[in-house]
Amino acid sequence: MKLYEFQGKGLFARYHIPTPKGKMAENVNQALDIIKNSKLPVVVKAQVLTGGRGKAGGVKLVRSLDEANEVVNSIFGLDIKGYKVKKVLIEEGLEIKKEIYLSFLMNRNSEKITLITSGEGGMEIETVAKEKPEAILKVDIDPLLGIKSYHITSVFDHLHISDRELQKQFTDIIKKMYKMVTELYLNLVEINPLVIIKGNRILALDSKVIIDDNGVGFIKDFDAFKNYDDLTPEEITAKENGLSFVKLNGNIGCIVNGAGLAMATMDMIKHFGGEPANFLDVGGSSNPEKVINAIKIIRKDKNVKVILFNIFGGITRCDDIANGIKKAVEILDIKLPLVIRLTGTNEKEGVDILRSLGLETTTSMQKAVKKAVSLIGE
Amino acid sequence: MAILLNKNTRVIVQGITGRDGSFHTRMMKAYGTNIVGGVTPGKGGETIEGIKVYNTINELKNKHEVDASVIFVPPKFSVDAIWEAVEANIKLIVIITEGVPVNDMLKIKNYIKGKNITIIGPNCPGLITPNEAKIGIMPGNIFKKGNIGVISRSGTLTYEVVYSLTNAGYGQSTVIGVGGDPIIGSRFIDLLQHFKNDDETEAVVLIGEIGGSDEAIATEYIKKEFNKPVVAFIAGKTAPKGKRMGHAGAIVSGAEETAQAKIEFLRKNKIPVAELPQEIPEILKNTL
Repeated sequence: MKLYEFQGKGLFARYHIPTPKGKMAENVNQALDIIKNSKLPVVVKAQVLTGGRGKAGGVKLVRSLDEANEVVNSIFGLDIKGYKVKKVLIEEGLEIKKEIYLSFLMNRNSEKITLITSGEGGMEIETVAKEKPEAILKVDIDPLLGIKSYHITSVFDHLHISDRELQKQFTDIIKKMYKMVTELYLNLVEINPLVIIKGNRILALDSKVIIDDNGVGFIKDFDAFKNYDDLTPEEITAKENGLSFVKLNGNIGCIVNGAGLAMATMDMIKHFGGEPANFLDVGGSSNPEKVINAIKIIRKDKNVKVILFNIFGGITRCDDIANGIKKAVEILDIKLPLVIRLTGTNEKEGVDILRSLGLETTTSMQKAVKKAVSLIGE
Repeated sequence: MAILLNKNTRVIVQGITGRDGSFHTRMMKAYGTNIVGGVTPGKGGETIEGIKVYNTINELKNKHEVDASVIFVPPKFSVDAIWEAVEANIKLIVIITEGVPVNDMLKIKNYIKGKNITIIGPNCPGLITPNEAKIGIMPGNIFKKGNIGVISRSGTLTYEVVYSLTNAGYGQSTVIGVGGDPIIGSRFIDLLQHFKNDDETEAVVLIGEIGGSDEAIATEYIKKEFNKPVVAFIAGKTAPKGKRMGHAGAIVSGAEETAQAKIEFLRKNKIPVAELPQEIPEILKNTL
């Protein structure tokens, strides 16, 4: 789960990682009020769960009250990569001497916690990696040993930080970030840029925090920063009903058991000339209720013209799925054609249930997908 | 021969008294798996499916020799269960549980390095050596004994592929679902090394998906060192960037993690990739 910048900075505050002074606003008037009562300049920053907001005009400096109205209005009207700006963070403007990139990452390749730093702060790290790879230092940290002084020394050497006072502040921030990663089950904590300002103080100017979805259940006050804002309303409904769902742009709705098979189903639809409307995994032990919820979510999408079931029974029993379809047909008044592939555990029982409703099934995934695609063509 | 598992492997079930644990203990036993005991803290002394339950692995080990453990413990208690199996030095640990935190898996993986312990999973369907034994939740009836090794990041997609292999007359030596999480006990490359040394395995089918770089690492290894034909399938060509597709590990975070990039890399290194899972037997026929 991704956090907003302001939520990430809230966590920084909890861990005593210094950030600029700032306040949140949820509408134009609130924002203008805050600016009126602030020492100028201030920076107005759109809060969206995506990168590249600077380029999109989502981060602007306000030097005088005359400018405030225009800046605030322009930012609140923005749509950045599909995310509407609903909140802004207003922070003190600072005189920056140096910008640094610093992050910790659960590294699935090296299977370590990796510290990444670069003197090219403010640039996206992917861009730096492409254009100036020698500017990046990666330090793998064994999670059983934790962060040690020699790891930090190598960071100072790479960034040419020799001032004792700066080193002290820097060490403190690095250790606290590492502590955050381990205590809060983070996949990523990134500060870009970490800035050195006038008076040799170091501050986190931005924050990017991603929490491990498997870890959220272990965080005590998780509800304090829970947000589903990067999900569509249907994706949220699906999540709350124990389904994995991702909306796509096609017209063939898919209900599949298992994530890999669900992806292979989407791919096969495309292969035969169709367009999948979604990814949906009904999960392992599927009670009939899940099938009903899945159909409800899919038919909210008005593009959908056909619903394709692809069920390979293992733990999921075909008769459970069939009973779900039966119940859904009885209570939902489904107008869309259903194409059903059913095979595996309790296949015969499932097929019998559906046949009694006049619904045809096939055991072949290819046949089912081709049929669904052909129905769109008609 | 097969790899990792045969009918003599002595298996224990952690979380044996739970709904999934007890059901699959019955299914595994029925398939022929040699289950010697179960563990659930606080339920020691009970009997489930004719299997004796103990409070701890240590207590169990006083009575039985153990080669493998399968973990059905819910996420909240799963981390301790994995550590318990690791500390008891069980050589094969299969974690079925979905929802083990990544940073705990990271610690566990670093701890077992160099210790001759193999972990499969988490968030996996387990493994099966047809006609001998299965550890996990795969439906036994679709498998057939034979000479094709299968390694997969998915569950039901594995069944789909195995089903078409079996129907085409290609039996399997051992089939392993490695799990859908970002950090897993055994990656493609680890299991390819086992298949390399297995006389019974004549070819290997790799079933990959979007996210991570395990397919690319496996490709490099196959090119340099692997001595048998490999056929691959990669799921997720239509998956959008940045969206998690069910599995925690199935998310595209960089250009090289897309299905297309993986397919291209495999093909560039002369490893055939099927467009559809059902084409795999046909490609095998041309390869063998």
